Amino acid sequence: MKILQANNFDLLLNILKENEYEIIGPTIQNGAIVYDKIESSRDFPIGYTDKQTPATYRIEKSNNDAFFHFVVGPQSWKRYLYPPVQKLFTAFLNGNAIKFEKEEFLPIKYAFIGVRSCEIQAIEIQDKVFFGGEFQNNRYKTLRKNSLIIAVNCSKAESNCFCTSMESGPEVKSGYDLVLTEIIYDKEHYFLINSGSQKGDEILSQMNLLEADENALKLGKDVIEKTKSQITKHLNISNLKELLLKNIESSIWEDVAKRCLSCGNCTMVCPTCFCMTVEDYTDLQKTKAERIQKWDSCFTLEYSYIHGGSVRVSVGSRYRQWLTHKLASWHEQFGTSGCVGCGRCITWCPVGIDITEEASKIRKISEYQNISLEEN
Amino acid sequence: MVKSKKPKLAVWKFASCDGCQLSLLDCEDELLDVAEIVEIANFPEASREVKPGPYDISLVEGSITTPHDAERIHKIRRQSKILITIGACATAGGIQALRNFKDVREFINLVYANPKFISTLQNSTPISHHVYVDYELRGCPINKYQLLEVLNAFINNRKPNIPNTSVCIECKRKGITCVMVSEGKVCLGPVTHSGCNALCPSYNRGCFGCYGPKEASNTSSLANQFESMGLGNYDIVRTFRGFNAYSDAFRKESEAYEK
Ligand code: SF4
Ligand code: SF4
Ligand code: SF4
Repeated sequence: MKILQANNFDLLLNILKENEYEIIGPTIQNGAIVYDKIESSRDFPIGYTDKQTPATYRIEKSNNDAFFHFVVGPQSWKRYLYPPVQKLFTAFLNGNAIKFEKEEFLPIKYAFIGVRSCEIQAIEIQDKVFFGGEFQNNRYKTLRKNSLIIAVNCSKAESNCFCTSMESGPEVKSGYDLVLTEIIYDKEHYFLINSGSQKGDEILSQMNLLEADENALKLGKDVIEKTKSQITKHLNISNLKELLLKNIESSIWEDVAKRCLSCGNCTMVCPTCFCMTVEDYTDLQKTKAERIQKWDSCFTLEYSYIHGGSVRVSVGSRYRQWLTHKLASWHEQFGTSGCVGCGRCITWCPVGIDITEEASKIRKISEYQNISLEEN
Repeated sequence: MVKSKKPKLAVWKFASCDGCQLSLLDCEDELLDVAEIVEIANFPEASREVKPGPYDISLVEGSITTPHDAERIHKIRRQSKILITIGACATAGGIQALRNFKDVREFINLVYANPKFISTLQNSTPISHHVYVDYELRGCPINKYQLLEVLNAFINNRKPNIPNTSVCIECKRKGITCVMVSEGKVCLGPVTHSGCNALCPSYNRGCFGCYGPKEASNTSSLANQFESMGLGNYDIVRTFRGFNAYSDAFRKESEAYEK
């Protein structure tokens, strides 16, 4: 474990640039902390923090000059690894022959800086989706393999975070190339920095940093412990999969449908949601066609359209599809939960529907039903 | 080889501002291409030459507001293979449908020196209340790229890419930060049909609902949220009474808050 002084942070950024990385990290844009290009450490939301509750998000001045004193915002890294709109191919008509031309992409080397523990878990979940099986998404895979993950241990939690329930945080334990812990103590401001991979070693070895002492290591542990203690939202996941799948006909789904707008915001902000649709476009001369892939959502009517109509017409069935996929059938499909407890879907739902509350309603109802069954 | 005949296109106007038809002229770069593949047979805004029907495609702009127009639309339907309504007036009655919530005779008496010469209907209604409509293109005004897309799809015999999802989906794909969640601004995006590519949120404003209700438009839940953000009944009525005030979902919601 080494020490990187806050006022020397650009050393890291410069080395990343020398190693031909495109640096993406947190920065303030239009009242939110989003992930965009980082040129220097001044681009970070220095001295700002976020406040989040269901359906509200605000940034405000914090009482220190921390670089990373906030949690996750409206965007996730999937915007870079799996862009919202991508052209897949172009087809040309030449006489009677059709020629297909695959869309090339730039194999950019991204350095993602400020990646949180829950986000690493989300990226690893998408890895399974995009190249864990027989069909490989070459574009995602290339960008992912090229990327460098510079994680940061969260120095605070917000009221919608529930990573401790999903065993995804707040401490970064694996899946990183470099990991930072930001320490502000007694007029000192520095980062503990450690490597978790060969790529990380290579960057670290170019920096010539001092070793961290006992005291710094202890302060680092304190940061994580304090964050853990700030987490107030919990989801009881024991037996949850069975519980949800047993309650497919529950009245809960129609109850949530009264509030749900089927707007799809929850799926757009979720770092693990991966659904997409394709649209085919033609030119007016009938010589060229293009296929465009776009993020889609299980909340749209067209999403479940098959010959003859949509399968999920009622909003209740759409919400049920989403929640049971995240927390139940994802396990069968990919061997993990589809939720990492980042809380984005709760913050960015315009009416503040809370996945943990809806899931615990199911638990309560079925516990109640079990009791009344036993009584009868 | 015999060249296949070009499909005949007609553009019709009812009570409206002309903005939607103008978006066809606004296609500037693409207009010549369009003229090459369809025969613009009846489009007074663009050309004085009017060819008789029947027409393969009729684009209808505007709402029905007079007894005369209520007859005329039937004649147009009879001459049109495919009838596409374009814009909020034709699809929902337009901004002029605000009169549907009041007594139109009072307006006439106030505005005109000789009210007896005025022949008008109490309500401004969408075309679909009068004749069968094949497709609707929403918006106030419509998006010219959507119009091109519909014509293009027709020519190429394919499904047009006009998704009926919420504005939020476009907003998020574009990477816009939600103005409702991050700033507490009133936004109709979650209940509004997509098509504008989240124009207003991109300029840091809430959606005004120009494209009318999306499918399964849960206006009452959103109105509840507006209430908890501090909006009063009057503001909520005003929010839903815009260009699409007389669409079913928005009308019911504004009426619920008027009581
Ligand atoms: S379901 Fe919600 S809390 Fe879970 S990972 Fe997705 S956005 Fe985060
Ligand atoms: S749960 Fe919330 S964000 Fe998701 S579709 Fe429903 S209203 Fe929209
Ligand atoms: S700004 Fe409006 S359209 Fe965009 S996500 Fe928020 S509610 Fe939806």
